[in-house]
Amino acid sequence: MATGAIRIGLNAKRARTAWLFLAPSLLVLFAVALWPLGRTFLFSFTDAFLTEPDIYAYIGLENYFTLFEDALWWQSVRNTLYFTVVSVSIETALGLAIALLLNAHMSGRGFMRAVILIPWSIPVVVSARMWQWMLHDQFGILNHVLKLMGVIDHGIAWTANPDLVMPVIIAVDVWITTPFMVLLILAGLQMLPKSIYEAASIDGVSEWRQFTALTLPLLAPSIAVAVLFRLLDALRMFDLSFVLSSNSDDTKTVSIYAREVLVNFQDMGVGSAASAAIFLMIAVVTAIYVTVFRLNRKLLGV
Amino acid sequence: MVRSATGRRLHRIAIYGLFAVVALYTLFPFYWMIASSLKSGQAIFDVTFLPDLKFNNYEAILSDGVFLRSLLNSLIVAASVVALSLGLAIAAAYALGRIDFRGRSPIMFLFLAVSMFPQIALLSGLFEMIRWLGLYNTLGSLIFAYMIFTLPFNIWVLTTFMRSLPRQIEEAAIMDGCSPLRIVRCIFLPMMGPALISTGLLAFIASWNEFLFALTFILTDENRTVPVAIALISGSSRYEFPYGAIMAASTIVTVPLIVMALLFQKYIVSGLTAGAVKG
Repeated sequence: MATGAIRIGLNAKRARTAWLFLAPSLLVLFAVALWPLGRTFLFSFTDAFLTEPDIYAYIGLENYFTLFEDALWWQSVRNTLYFTVVSVSIETALGLAIALLLNAHMSGRGFMRAVILIPWSIPVVVSARMWQWMLHDQFGILNHVLKLMGVIDHGIAWTANPDLVMPVIIAVDVWITTPFMVLLILAGLQMLPKSIYEAASIDGVSEWRQFTALTLPLLAPSIAVAVLFRLLDALRMFDLSFVLSSNSDDTKTVSIYAREVLVNFQDMGVGSAASAAIFLMIAVVTAIYVTVFRLNRKLLGV
Repeated sequence: MVRSATGRRLHRIAIYGLFAVVALYTLFPFYWMIASSLKSGQAIFDVTFLPDLKFNNYEAILSDGVFLRSLLNSLIVAASVVALSLGLAIAAAYALGRIDFRGRSPIMFLFLAVSMFPQIALLSGLFEMIRWLGLYNTLGSLIFAYMIFTLPFNIWVLTTFMRSLPRQIEEAAIMDGCSPLRIVRCIFLPMMGPALISTGLLAFIASWNEFLFALTFILTDENRTVPVAIALISGSSRYEFPYGAIMAASTIVTVPLIVMALLFQKYIVSGLTAGAVKG
C-alpha cells in the first residue's frame, strides 16, 4: 500500500517534470509555427499590406475570390502537381533501382553510399547554378557534347524554351533528391530477413520472382514513407525553380506564386490566402495518402 | 542459385559497371563545377575537360568582403541553430521518451504535424512575428525561423533513441532522488553521442542550405547567408554572367558539406532513416 502511494506521488512528480522539460520546446514551436499559421489564416480574410501589417479590415472571402480568378494561380497549381507527380515517380523508380544495386554485397559499397549522399547534402541553389552552367545554350557542356556527337547542330536553350524548362527542372530535381530515396529504400532493404531468401533459393525460386514476390511487398511500407516525405517536399518546391527559371510562368510553383504576391506585390491578404490554400492542399494530400497506405501506425510507431 | 564461375565474374563486372555509371552521374557535375571555377577569364567559355588551375575566380570572390561576410553569417546561423535545437530537443526528448504522462501521444502527434507544415504557409504570420520581435533583417530571424524544421525532427529522433534505452538505467537514480536535470546530464547525455551527432549534422546541413526564409527575412547584403548570396550574383547582362565567380563561390560553399558527407556518412544516413523509417 505504502509503496503504491509513493509510486503515485512519484508519477505525479514525474509528470510535472515532463511538462517542465517540454515547456521551452512547446513555447518555441507555438511562436514559430502555430501562431504564425493562425495569423496567416487570419490575414487571408483581411486587406492587410506588408508595409503596415497592423492596419487592416476584414473583407471576408474576397482574397480567395481574387486568388481563384487568377489564371496564373491555377497554372502554378498545375505546374506544382505535374512537377510533384512526375519527379517523385521517377525518383522512386530510380531510387529503388540504385538501392537494389548498392545492396549487392560488393566492396566499394560504403564509398558508393557516401558518393550518393553528396548531391542531397549541398544547397539546392548550388545545384541549380551548377546545372544552369552545364545547360548554358552557348557555352554549356551538355550542348557541346551533343554537338560533338552530332545529335544537334546548334545549342539548345534548355531553360529558356517553354517546352523544355519543366522537364529540365524535373531532371535536375531527380539528380538532387534520388539519393534521399536510395538511402531510405536501402535502409528498408537491409531490414529484410535474410532467411526467407535462403529458403526461396533452396526451393529454386528465380531471382526475379524473389524480387516481385518477396522484396517488393516487404519493402512497400518503407517505400510508402519515403514517397510521403518526397511528396511533402516536392509540393512546396521553391528554390530550384526560383534560381533556374525565376520569371517563367511555365515553372512557377505555388510557393513562388505566394511569395511573389506577398513580398513583391506586398499584398498580404491575397498572399496569405494563397499560403492558406497551399496549406490545405498539402494537408488534404497528406491525409489521403496516409489513409490510403495505412501509414498512421507506422508513422506514429504505436 | 548456382552460377558458373564465368557467370559470377560477368555479374561482378556488370555491377561494377553500374557503380561507375551511378558515380559518374552523381559526381560529374561537381567535377565540372570545380574545373570551371579554376579557369580564368574567357577560358571558361572554351570547353576543355582539364582545368587550368588558375585561382583568379577564388581571389576575386574572397577579396569581396560581402561574400566572406555571408560565409560567416551562414556559419553563425547554422551553429546557433544546432546548439539551440539540440538543447531544447534533449530536454523534450527526455520528457517524451522516459516519462509516461497523460498528453504524451497528442504532443508527439503535434510535433509530427508541425514537421510537415509547408514553410510558405507560415510566411506572412512569421513575417509579422519576426518584425514584432525586432528580428527583421538580423541573423536572429533565421535562427528563430529555422527552429520550425529542426526542432520537431530532433525531438522525434532523440525521443525514439531515448525510448530504446532500457528502463532500468535511471531507476536507481530516481530512487536516490537525483534531480531530472542531473539524470539527463549524467546518465543520458554520455550515451547519446551518436544520436546527437546525427541530428546535429542534419540540422547543420538544413540550416546551411535553407533559401526561402533567408531570402525573405534578410534585406541587406551584409546579413545574407551564402545560398542567397550565390542566387543573387548576376552580371550586367546575360552575356556577362560571372559563371567563373559563381562556380568558385559554389565550390567554397560545397566543400565543407562534401567533407562532412564523406566523414560522417554513417551518422547522416542513420539520422535520416531514424527520422523517416521509425518515426
